Amino acid sequence: MNDILAGGWASYLWLFIAGFMVTAPWRAMGVYLARNLDIESELFKWVRAVSIALVAGLVARMVIFPSGALRSVASPLRLGAFLGGVAVYYVARRSFGLGILAAALLLLAGQVLLSGEFMSAIDLGW
Amino acid sequence: MEPAGGHVVLQTRKHDGAVLVRFRRATDDGGFAAMSQRAMSQCTIKQRGDDPPSHDQPAWAVDAGIMTSFWRGTRAFYQLPAVVLFFTALGYGAFARDVGLSFGQTVFLSLSIFALPGQVVLVDQVAQGAGLAATAFAVTLTAIRLLPTTAVLVPYLRAEGTSKWLLLLGSHFIAVTAWVVGMRALPFLPRRLRLAHHMGIGCALISAVTAASAIGHELAQTLPTVLAAVLLFLTPIYFLLSLLAAAAIRSDQLAIAFGIILGPLAFLIMPGFDLLATGLVGGTAAYLIGRMARA
Repeated sequence: MNDILAGGWASYLWLFIAGFMVTAPWRAMGVYLARNLDIESELFKWVRAVSIALVAGLVARMVIFPSGALRSVASPLRLGAFLGGVAVYYVARRSFGLGILAAALLLLAGQVLLSGEFMSAIDLGW
Repeated sequence: MEPAGGHVVLQTRKHDGAVLVRFRRATDDGGFAAMSQRAMSQCTIKQRGDDPPSHDQPAWAVDAGIMTSFWRGTRAFYQLPAVVLFFTALGYGAFARDVGLSFGQTVFLSLSIFALPGQVVLVDQVAQGAGLAATAFAVTLTAIRLLPTTAVLVPYLRAEGTSKWLLLLGSHFIAVTAWVVGMRALPFLPRRLRLAHHMGIGCALISAVTAASAIGHELAQTLPTVLAAVLLFLTPIYFLLSLLAAAAIRSDQLAIAFGIILGPLAFLIMPGFDLLATGLVGGTAAYLIGRMARA
């Protein structure tokens, strides 16, 4: 168990250092680098590719090795719902809303059918 | 969609009655252009050039002041990306509650970090009992992406004589969603209005995220696991669709594919360094292949 969960002002300092202090500098460097960064240059294209690959890697990791409640969903269902959402996005002519809604509903429906959690959810009053 | 002339259409939308098509040129000059559908190749907005021609600006912008631009920006609150961000942040709040973070800590992270991947990673590290250094390192790996993201957006925001401090303040609002919303709207505005508009977008989005974190934290006790899982699932699908929508040139598209393939592999081989390795290796490979394809 972590001290952070005990609370107190020291925990906020901890969160500030582990969160803000390691996030803000990248934004600030973006501001300063942008000054000398030719946005149409080869360097810019490379930087953008690195950024995209990094976020895409994070996306794949969040689906394949998820954290929190998503761990309770079986891998094939996570992948299926995810790919289903992407497919709907393209079929629906690049509609963000429909793509995301489809992914969410596929996951929900699949999980309810597979786990029978719907019944336990009813027991909880949902 | 690939119309003649090497342009990739990013988005078609109605804008104050007019139909606007935004595209990115696949050619080397890479500028954005805004135009009506019937006059596709007539006007190009250079990113470092002048204001967009007035007929491409939204009607409200022509004689607008700074505050008008700010309040117009806050309307991002009602746009789909903000709605999705809201639900995603709901999931973050629920997750933080599960782990044991207090209401104040959960909200504090939303306000101070304002980048959901970083927030989720931080909370996850706390859950695993990680120390300060390990947690900070993991969070900063998710935050590196903010450097190029910011570097792309800031040239739009800067007008002549723009204060560095205002830009730094504005950079706090830059995360994936603010970037997507900003890139849709800012190229159509005269430069003098852009920073205020961005601030409005940022204030709306940070309000949405903070409120959603608070609500999610409160809901977590009663939310069934299956619904919490759905909320956590919104984050990756939203991020990927954002990338797909914005990928204009070959190297962007390759970078998405390489990132998806390399990300999980790198996580298995070198957890903790996986995002950095995925970005550098996958992004560099995508850039080099894209460059060879252009030549």
